[in-house]
Amino acid sequence: MHILTDLFFVIAATVWDVLPIALIIFGFQIFILRKPIPNLKRILTGFVLVLLGLGFFLEGLEAALFPLGRLMAQQLTDPAFIAGNELERVLDWSDYYWVYLFAFAIGFSTTVAEPSLLAVAIKANQVSAGSIGIWGLRIAVAIGVAIGIALGAYRIVTGTPLYWYIITGYVFVLIQTLFAPKIIIALAYDSGGVTTSTVTVPLVAALGLGLASTVPGRNPLLDGFGLIAFASLFPIMSVLAYAQLSEWRARRGNKEKQERHNHAL
Amino acid sequence: MTSLKAIWTAVLDSLRDLLPIIVVIGFFQLAVLQQPIPNFGEIALGIVFVVIGLTLFVQGLNMGLFPIGESMAYSFASKGSLFWLLCFAFALGFGTTIAEPALIAVANEAAIVAAEGRMIENSEQSLASYALGLRVTVALSVGFAIMLGVFRIIKGWPIQYLIVVGYAGVVIMTFFAPREIIGIAYDSGGVTTSTITVPLVTALGVGLASSIKGRNPMIDGFGLIAFASLTPMIFVMAYGLMV
Repeated sequence: MHILTDLFFVIAATVWDVLPIALIIFGFQIFILRKPIPNLKRILTGFVLVLLGLGFFLEGLEAALFPLGRLMAQQLTDPAFIAGNELERVLDWSDYYWVYLFAFAIGFSTTVAEPSLLAVAIKANQVSAGSIGIWGLRIAVAIGVAIGIALGAYRIVTGTPLYWYIITGYVFVLIQTLFAPKIIIALAYDSGGVTTSTVTVPLVAALGLGLASTVPGRNPLLDGFGLIAFASLFPIMSVLAYAQLSEWRARRGNKEKQERHNHAL
Repeated sequence: MTSLKAIWTAVLDSLRDLLPIIVVIGFFQLAVLQQPIPNFGEIALGIVFVVIGLTLFVQGLNMGLFPIGESMAYSFASKGSLFWLLCFAFALGFGTTIAEPALIAVANEAAIVAAEGRMIENSEQSLASYALGLRVTVALSVGFAIMLGVFRIIKGWPIQYLIVVGYAGVVIMTFFAPREIIGIAYDSGGVTTSTITVPLVTALGVGLASSIKGRNPMIDGFGLIAFASLTPMIFVMAYGLMV
């Protein structure tokens, strides 16, 4: 069973990655704070669980989903697939509709499974005393990533400069910030950074590379990048929009209640 | 019995989190590309692994990462030493980023791009030193970002002011940076924050904001990750300019 030996190596690599973090935490705890850690046993068990969990998670993805997903990204971006039966035709940006759909779907679905987003959602739910739903936040972020990756794929196909989109996105975020409820702003900005890690990056990178190497006139080294940037920008907008929408709905609900109340009087 | 039931619910939750990917990949494979699913057994086993992994991770999160992040935040707040707190913030940002596998991959790729664009010599040695320089740059920028973010929580500055400054920095750097580096710089913001860093840093921020009087954990506690994904963009473009 080579999946088991792989699992061992992945767990070993995760331990290696975590080592600096553990050294910093315990170093500061012992030498600077000089306080015993409360529930040390429980915390260490937690660390072990996190390491084991990440090991299983990564190895499972590598065994099951990544190879298929990468192959799929290559096949979907292959001109032979996109042109279908009319091989000689020059491809237009609109011929890549399956690519955009795949980009959207894979952006959404990988974000829902992203462990670091789950961690932030759990924390936000605790801190807001339940008013920010774990699922609500994750779905809002996932929609943002989906739109971002789809638009990023469109950008690679058309070859427009990346910074146009990013700068326009920034302007949007700043305008939304002016109108969004204060309580959500920091969390929305954070959700940009947490969306792209273990699950999303490998699949999305394969998609970008596949597109940039098959679309005529694109250089994979120059145009293959940028999807991650889209995936970290758009969730900010979608989370701000989600907050504005729920606030607006709450306000309208109150108003209606008020009106009904006045009517009854 | 209750603990068994809790584990079962946790497994079901993980399965539900994973379901969208399975549906998407299955649909594209069977309906769009019209190909069979290869190595069905291995894929099924892999999915079981992912579900186990996600379940263990969430357990460990609540037992280990969240409590240690919060307890350190409380200890630093009660100790009252701003200097050591900022040192810790910097070390945490730098230490977690320098070894980040996603960053190592991106840095190597960036070195190849730079060699292709004739910015550096195309030899193994100069590629390696370019990649290492880039990694150190990004790690420094994340260390700086977490430090700045912690300082913001203590001072209670509204996050949007700092973000505006950061965005302006990105836009200005974009005009000056070499064209080849821009895509990598923009992407580097997304790859720096790993699955272990995020919960730790979030717990630290929220813990600090709840232990300092007058701070709201929702408004002030979040935002550290946002800085950590913004500063690398600026620093990487600056690196591209200097090398």
